[in-house]
This record gives sequence, structure tokens and C-alpha cells, in this order.
Amino acid sequence: MNALLYGIIYAGVLVFLAASAARAIHYARLPAHLRWELYPVPHEAANRAEHGGSYFETLDWWTRPNEYNLRGELRVMIPEMLFLKALREFNRSLWYRSFLFHFGLYLLAGTVFLLLAAALGTMMAPVLMAASAGRAMHILYTATGACGATMTILGAAGLLHRRLTDPNLKNYTVPGDLFNLAFFIAALGLLGVGYLWRVPGTPGVLALTRGLLTFDTTLQVPAVLAAGLVLLALLAGYIPLTHMSHFIAKYFTYHSIRWDDLPAARSAEIQRRFAAYLTYRPTWAARHMGADGTKTWAEIAATNPTAGAAK
Amino acid sequence: MSQTVKLSEMSRSARTPLALLENDDLMRLPAPLDGSSPSPVWPALSPQARETYECGLDNTCVLNLPQPKTREEEEQLVAKFLSGLEKLFTPENNWTFLQPLLLSMEHCAKCQTCSEACHIYEASGRQEIYRPTFRSEIVRRLYFQYVKHGGLLSALQHGTIKLNWPLVARLAELSYRCNLCRRCTQTCPIGADNGLVAHELRKLFSQEMGIAAKEIHDNGSMLQLKVGSSTGMNREVVKDNIQFIDEDTSEKTGIPVETPWDVEGADVLLIHNAGEILAWPENPGAFALILNAAGVKWTLSSELAAYDSINYGLWYDDAQFARVALKHAEAARKLGVKKIVLAECGHAHKALSVIADRVLLGELNIPRESAMTLLRDIVVNERIRLDPSRNDFPVTLHDPCNLVRLMGVVEPQREILHKICPRFREMEPHGVDNYCCGGGSGFAIMHGHNFADWRFRVSGRRKLAQILNAFADCLDPSVPKYLCAPCSNCKGQFRDMLAYYRLWETNRILYGGLVELIVNAMVDAKPGFIEWEWH
Repeated sequence: MNALLYGIIYAGVLVFLAASAARAIHYARLPAHLRWELYPVPHEAANRAEHGGSYFETLDWWTRPNEYNLRGELRVMIPEMLFLKALREFNRSLWYRSFLFHFGLYLLAGTVFLLLAAALGTMMAPVLMAASAGRAMHILYTATGACGATMTILGAAGLLHRRLTDPNLKNYTVPGDLFNLAFFIAALGLLGVGYLWRVPGTPGVLALTRGLLTFDTTLQVPAVLAAGLVLLALLAGYIPLTHMSHFIAKYFTYHSIRWDDLPAARSAEIQRRFAAYLTYRPTWAARHMGADGTKTWAEIAATNPTAGAAK
Repeated sequence: MSQTVKLSEMSRSARTPLALLENDDLMRLPAPLDGSSPSPVWPALSPQARETYECGLDNTCVLNLPQPKTREEEEQLVAKFLSGLEKLFTPENNWTFLQPLLLSMEHCAKCQTCSEACHIYEASGRQEIYRPTFRSEIVRRLYFQYVKHGGLLSALQHGTIKLNWPLVARLAELSYRCNLCRRCTQTCPIGADNGLVAHELRKLFSQEMGIAAKEIHDNGSMLQLKVGSSTGMNREVVKDNIQFIDEDTSEKTGIPVETPWDVEGADVLLIHNAGEILAWPENPGAFALILNAAGVKWTLSSELAAYDSINYGLWYDDAQFARVALKHAEAARKLGVKKIVLAECGHAHKALSVIADRVLLGELNIPRESAMTLLRDIVVNERIRLDPSRNDFPVTLHDPCNLVRLMGVVEPQREILHKICPRFREMEPHGVDNYCCGGGSGFAIMHGHNFADWRFRVSGRRKLAQILNAFADCLDPSVPKYLCAPCSNCKGQFRDMLAYYRLWETNRILYGGLVELIVNAMVDAKPGFIEWEWH
């Protein structure tokens, strides 16, 4: 049974990684779009980023060096990633729930890394891990895991409650939205119950992690805990297949769209790519388009649909 | 009649509107429009319009879509729509916006954070059909059903919607109930772009089905490509009109003004929205006066489309957009100018400076600059002599969305106003958080049926409240007030909206551009360039 359990967990992790990567690659490989930035753009020079200004505010801007304000970008990015700043600013009542949920997930992700480090530590530096370092790690992953699971469950329950009761959301809520939140509550709830109520002497999280890494099939994993682990693995594999993979999308919506203000004149790569797009052959059917599938975008743009009409 | 309209009602066969707004539904306005005087009666669509066109969405009608005569005709139209929907998601047909569109389709969390940012939704009394997500959610469901060919699991994850002609017709109208200001996008925690979805829908209808608002297609981009300007002016007429404006400006200011045409090797090719030349001639006149006085080597171009900076394709059609942008760039290349400067027209700024940037390749990528930036240089560096006391009246500034939120030109116009208008005050919110004038994305030039009533009562309402709040301390008609709107489209909306609410007659609120204020303060010009007359 343990082999099956490990297999499911590995499969869940692999699907998560592979599907996330596939989604990211898919978005990255889409054609670059026309500029569609939205201000404020935080990597603008500090004196402009403050009021949402752009390099267009500078006389003869093309004669000045490009200024990339990484500090400004990080000042916006980090609070947005960690604390969902935009939601806090524009939808405070939803933020309380959403922040609990997302920050809980961050803590859980951190717990996984801490556990992997601790498990590898016990195998590679057992003496060190038997001493205070091991105890510190134990306290740390126990705290992050407990807090993370509690926050995620509470956040998911809060979001679910809102989905079910807020008339503004009713029109837009589909079964999948309810299922997704319930899935988080069920998986983490079952895992928590299974872990807290396990029989003394059965393996803890560190032993389980080590077992996973060494494929130790001799471990006696309690049934409820195993069920929780299976649900969690299924959830991990499921997330990147749904709109919940917005952690990937958000990179593109911010960096490739809202903040992409790179002028074509300053990028040979942009010029090369757009020259290629202009050779695409559209098939839009409206008469004024003149797109019969043989003409390129460049040819269509150079055509005057009114040519021949009396002036 | 504030009510929750279900998404599924968009497919309702009956042609009765999904939402019929009444004055009581709308957001309250501040004084003097706070109820002390009766609101204008809301004219209904004529029975003839309702019987002839598809008007099943709300109080008004923009597209004049004829009602199909037969079931077969309806099915053909739906098939065309579906064909266009598929093309929206292919690189060959829509590489221009495919990535942002896909991301918005696949990752909206439907949290409704964007709703409160939308001036139309708020001003309408939070009518469900005007939520930024209402339109997008229908497109999203169609995308998963018909483009991704999702099955049962997809239906559970994304929901479904019945695709029929009533849905398509309502969706077409609904794509013209958004100003494309993208204020909603600014607030989205994920970065989904419901403004873009409206834009893409308009493209689908135009590029596949040949459906677009007559004012922006037939009388807009097509007329511009045919005669040179959406105003109908050809090169001879525009030159005549500019000559008349020069004479008028010279007489008014006491400074001889001559506008240069087609000067090869000039530093600046200035492009006006040609609407200014006909509707607000003092604006091009003021530009000529300032540039000449500051010693700028500039010119206008009489090439086809190059004396009119408008590019309505920006709002509804990629091909029309590219055609006009190429004409602007080609005229500049032909003259060998150092830069193109865009006069007071917001959408022209964004069209040529931002959106066209990556399709203007090689020698066509001539630098483009905002007139705000050039004027700031002239005013702040005192290249002309100015006396701020000539502008000693309350002035507030409207931020055109295309210039500010969508291009980041925020401060230059403010620096000018701080320098020359001692009683300048901001609207709240302002800068990149501004509200649209309500005429954005072509609404300002759309007048069919009772659409103007809709845009003054609904889409312009939030801005109207801002204007009244900005002048709350000086509403008395004895104090003339100036609403500065450095955008032709926005000025069109203000002209019509202020007249609609009689705010010039009752409260002496005048609107105008930025250059008029500069010339009004010019020491070398005769005083009184701003005439305080309604126009």
C-alpha cells in the first residue's frame, strides 16, 4: 500500500510541476502582442513611478538612456505577491479571506521545503540534525505547517461562505468554484485530522518525508492520514489544470502586459518578431479587411479599403 | 429598475430589454444637480427602432443591427460569430492581442473587485449588465464551450451559456457599453483585463461580421482613409480652414500667425485631431501661436489622413488601426521630420505612440511625443512670456484616460497649470486613477437614437460628479470656471454633457483645451483669448 501511496504523491507532484511548466511555456510562446501597458508602471524612474508617469513625460525621450527601476518594481511586486496588495486596496472584505487562504498556502509550500531539507539533513548529517539544528527545524516546520493548514482551511471556508452568500458573486459562481474550495478544505482537513489523531508510534511528517525520499515501504501510515495525503496529491495535480494556476498567469499579466513598455526602437528582438508577425495571413471575413488568406498583415495594412472610391 | 440580470437571460428570445434604467436608479449627483431641479426626462427608443433593430439590451441602441427575417438568417449570423470567435484565438488572425486575451479568458477569479472601479456600473446604480465581468463571463463561457470544445468537466468548471442570435445581438450592443478606459483592469488582483475583452469583441464583430458603430467605421476610419479626415475635410478644405484660423488668431491676439504646411526637414510634425479645426478652431490657432513664439521649427502635413490624428481603429478594428497609423508615420517619413508631436487628442496619443509602436518598423518608427511634454518645456523654461494673473479663475483638469492611465503622461500638463493658473484645483481622484469622461472609445461622437442621453446620464455621470465637486466652492454663476480637457474626444463629451445639464447657463462652467489657457496668459498677446462664451 505504501508504494501506491508514494506513487500517487510523486505523480501529484510531477503533474503539478509538468502542468505548471506546460502552462507557463504555452503563454510564453504566444506571439508578443501590441503594447498594452497600464500605468503606473513601477519600473519607471523613481520620480515618475511615484505619480504613475512614463518616459513619455520626458522631452525627446528617445535620446535619453533607458531607466529600469528594479527597486521600484520590487517594491510593488513583493507586497503584491506576499500580501495581495491590490486586493487589500480595492476589495478589503474579500482580502481578509483571500489573504488567509493564500498566505496559508505559502506557509504550506515553505513547510514542504523545510521538511525536505530536514529529511535530507537526517540522512546526510544525522549528528547535526540530532542536535539543536534538528530541533529548530522541527519547531519551524511544525509551526509553518500548522499555521499554513489552519489559515488555508479558514481562508477557503471564508471564500466558500462568500461564494454561497454574496449576491454579487451568485451570477458568476459555477459548481467548479465551490468544488475547488471544498477540495482544499477536504484535503487539508483530512490530512490534519489524520495527523493529529494518528496512533502513537506511527510515523510523523519527517519520517513520512524521509520515507518518500527513500521509498521506504515499511512505514505504517495510518489510513486517514494516507487518505489526506492522497487528496493533497490529487489537489496538487489538479491546481495547474484550472484557473487556480493564476500564480503562473500573474507573471505574464504583470510583466508581459501591464508593465511591458519597451519601445520597439530599443529592441532588435521585438523588431524581428513583429516583422515575422506581419507576414501572417489572416482570414477575417469582413469585406473591408480584404483578408482572403493569401494577403499578409503587412499587405492588408498597406491597402486602402476605399481605394477607387470617389473622393 | 435595478435588478440582477442572469447571464442566461442574454439568450432570451423575447426582444424586451434586459434592463431599463430610470432616473431613480442612477447614482446621486452633487449640487446643483442633487435633486433640487428635476432631471431631464429620459426619452425612450422609438417603437420603430425597437421593431426594426436589435434593441434587447437596455434603454438604447448603438449598432442598428437589423432584426433577421428568418431562422436561417439568424443561424448564419450565429455561425459567422462563432467563426470570428475562433479566429480571435488564433495567432494568424489575432497575434496582436492573443496573449492578454487568453490570460483574461483563463484566469479571471470572478471576485468582482473590478466592478466598483467601473464608472458605468457605479453610475448606473450598479446594473448587472454593466459589470465589467458580465460581458467577459459570457465570452469566457463561449470560449470554453466553442473554442476549447470543453465537455462536462469544463461545463462544471467554467459554466455554460446558450449561444443563439439574441445572445450575439445583445453581446454586440454590450461591447459598446464600455469606454475601454481599463480602470477595471487597474484593480484586478490577477491582471485580467475586462476592458480588453470588450475591445476584442468589437474587433470580432467588425473584422468578421462587418458590424461596427457607423460613426466610427463608415463615418470614421473609412471616411478618413477616403478623403483624409473623418470630418470630411480634404486637403484643400483643411488648408483653407487653417488659413482662416490663422487670420482669426492673428486678429484676436495681435500677433501675426502663419501655419507652415509640408515643410521638409522640420523638427516637428504636429498632428491635430481635425475635429479641433472645425469645432474648436481656437485650439489649433493657439498651438500655431505658441510654437511660432517659442521658435519651434514645425509643420503640418497635407498628406491623406496625416492632417487628422484620429485613429478610430484603436477602438474596434486592427486593420483599420494599422492603415491609419501607417499613413501618419509615412507622412512624417516623407517630410523627414525629427519627431511627430500629437496635439490635444488622447486616443491619437495612445494609438500612434503606444499601440502602433511595434508595427512601425524601420524608418517608419519616427519618434512620437506628446504635446504636453513639448508645451511643458516651452512654459516651464519660459520660452514665452506668461502672466498667470490673466488666468485668475478656478481651473480644474480632466485626465484623458488614453493620455494618462494608458500612456503615463501625467505631470507635464499639471506643471503647466501650476505655472499659469493660480486657482488650479485637482479633481478627485485624478492622474492614473482618473475617471473617463464618459465619451471614451468613440461614445463622444455617437448620437444615434437616444444614445446621447445614455452617455450623459450613465457613462459621463461619474465625471460630471467629479467636475461639480471640484467646483463645489465656487458654483455661483458670478464666478466663471474652466474645465481643462486636453483631448478632443473628451471635449466633445463635455460640450454636449455640460449643455445637457445647462451648467454653462446656470453655473458658468466652461470647458476648453490647455493651449487656450497658455495663450490667454501670454504677455505679448492681447488679453482675453478665452472669450467666456459657450461654443
